Amino acid sequence: MELFTNQILAGIATGAIYACMALAVVMIYQAIDHLNFAQGEMAMFSTFVSWQLMQWGAPYWGAFVITLVFSFFGGIAIERLLFKPLAKAPILTNVAGFIALFAIINSVAGLIWDFTIKQYPTPFGSSPFLGSQLISTHQAGMIGVTVLLLVGLYFFFQFTRIGLAMRAAASVPESARLVGINTSWMIALGWGMAAAIGSIAGMLIAPVVFLEPNMMGGVLIYGFAAAVLGGLTSPLGAVIGGFLVGIFENLAGTYIPGVGNELKLPIALALIITVLVVKPAGLFGRPIVKRV
Amino acid sequence: MSAAIEDVVTESPGVIEAVPKRAMTLGTGTSLVMLGLLLLTPLFVKNFIIFQMTMLLIYGVAVLALNILTGGSGQFSLGQSAFYAVGAYTSAILMEHAGMNYALTLPIAGIICFAFGFLFGQPALRLSGVYLALATFALATAMPQLLKLGYFEQWTGGVQGLVVTKPDPPEAVQSMLSWLHLKMSQDMWLYYFTLVITIAIYIFSVNLLRSRSGRAFMAIRDNEIAASAMGVDVALYKTLAFGVSAGITGVAGGLGAITVQFVAPDSYTITLAISLFLGMVVGGVGWLPGSIVGSAFIIFVPNIAEGISKGLSGAVFGVLLFLVIFLVPHGARQVAIVGQQLIGRFRKN
Repeated sequence: MELFTNQILAGIATGAIYACMALAVVMIYQAIDHLNFAQGEMAMFSTFVSWQLMQWGAPYWGAFVITLVFSFFGGIAIERLLFKPLAKAPILTNVAGFIALFAIINSVAGLIWDFTIKQYPTPFGSSPFLGSQLISTHQAGMIGVTVLLLVGLYFFFQFTRIGLAMRAAASVPESARLVGINTSWMIALGWGMAAAIGSIAGMLIAPVVFLEPNMMGGVLIYGFAAAVLGGLTSPLGAVIGGFLVGIFENLAGTYIPGVGNELKLPIALALIITVLVVKPAGLFGRPIVKRV
Repeated sequence: MSAAIEDVVTESPGVIEAVPKRAMTLGTGTSLVMLGLLLLTPLFVKNFIIFQMTMLLIYGVAVLALNILTGGSGQFSLGQSAFYAVGAYTSAILMEHAGMNYALTLPIAGIICFAFGFLFGQPALRLSGVYLALATFALATAMPQLLKLGYFEQWTGGVQGLVVTKPDPPEAVQSMLSWLHLKMSQDMWLYYFTLVITIAIYIFSVNLLRSRSGRAFMAIRDNEIAASAMGVDVALYKTLAFGVSAGITGVAGGLGAITVQFVAPDSYTITLAISLFLGMVVGGVGWLPGSIVGSAFIIFVPNIAEGISKGLSGAVFGVLLFLVIFLVPHGARQVAIVGQQLIGRFRKN
């Protein structure tokens, strides 16, 4: 039984990473209706920027804030320069654009900071949390930040004018335009916010997986999976999905014989697909009704 | 937004815009010129280039298969590398363990992949859009791990993979050529062998999309509800599209195994599936002749990028890809249509 609780705790700890990333994924899906394959790379680049600032002597929180601002405007710039012109192009062309962006950011980061693994500091310390060996204070801090972000996003979308405008622009663009919302800038804003949330995720994950240009590869897959499992329309679902994927991955690795590290990912994905076959809109997503 | 309970009502967006049936193929003249080029070029180039041209055809077939699935029936797949891998392993195992003739392994690879794709299409029926993308993506990430499993190792060779012997040109061809004092290299034989199969698959695909089944695919792509109202068995045709696409990809995989002379789990990762997807977009979704253009893109552009800058090859590749999708968002199809209009105007004058 103790093994079981310990594995669940460890699962929650890794799940926090996925939840963070899933939140960023859902954020951008709300704004642009696509899954951004380059999201992980954007987060990785932001994390490198904060690392560089700290190398130059900036304090952690100073670097944190500057990176947030940088990522926000970086996200907006990417949307304005690269994806606004593609707004009318077919969906699949947009997906190809995400893949191109992925290749560019990965390769540029590799050139600037090279591919060696770097240590990344944590503001929360890494001593055991409440006497448990499985969750460190950093991981507890990460869970805390994720929950804070979620609450913040909820209030932003529910109780601010601009949040309302973003929701309107995403769900019924034409009517939103008629009541005077600049839908094109709402999309840019969505990109900026997604990039900023991604950078927070990156900075929280980096102390665990270490900093290098390919650090996000695996995390992003789990992030997508978590977002889809929870339902792409629901930020709360994304976070819960993240924790569920983390817990399940750990339990499968421990209890199903023959499942080593290699098979963890396929099994987690298989579970998600099974869930989707039963509930096609994800656990917390709203079913989409088509107008005929 | 999680608080909003009401359902979202959207206009049903098609995955891709409709492609008129006539625009799906090339005119007779252009086809003959292409065929002539494909037939004659190998006679004048080195063996390595012949090898690359063979790979061009093989990836062309794989892109074509994805094009039938996405451009034809409107379903999205990031899992083509899994079908390719199954085809490649089927051919390799039959050749190396059962000592079967390489040409005979291809139809078997095709049939096994057809069955696999058809079965995979069943659960995929419930999913569409990003969800289907994730499901097929899962298949693509799982495949290399499954091939590495110790349980299958005596057949698959585990992590090491299998080495496949390269076929010689048949005696009849050699003796015929020796009359002309010529000798055919293995590479050249394999090229023409691949070319014949490619042309056969191309003709089959064009005719398939023109047939009753093809019209059913396109009806589902354009409006699923309307299609089912008109009596199209949506479930059957959607799974059938998966099966046909997987089967063709399997044949391409088998050819790939014979040409590269080696199969290993890590040759068939998600990167291959993404490449095939890019090939389809660059070639033009739903335009079958574009498959070969897309295949050329995914084979040659990474090399060109490497040539321009070693350290930044990924960035150069990304920039080139962006250039293509900015200039021609509809891929090579758009170029072909513009070219056709220009020629039309030229003829009128």
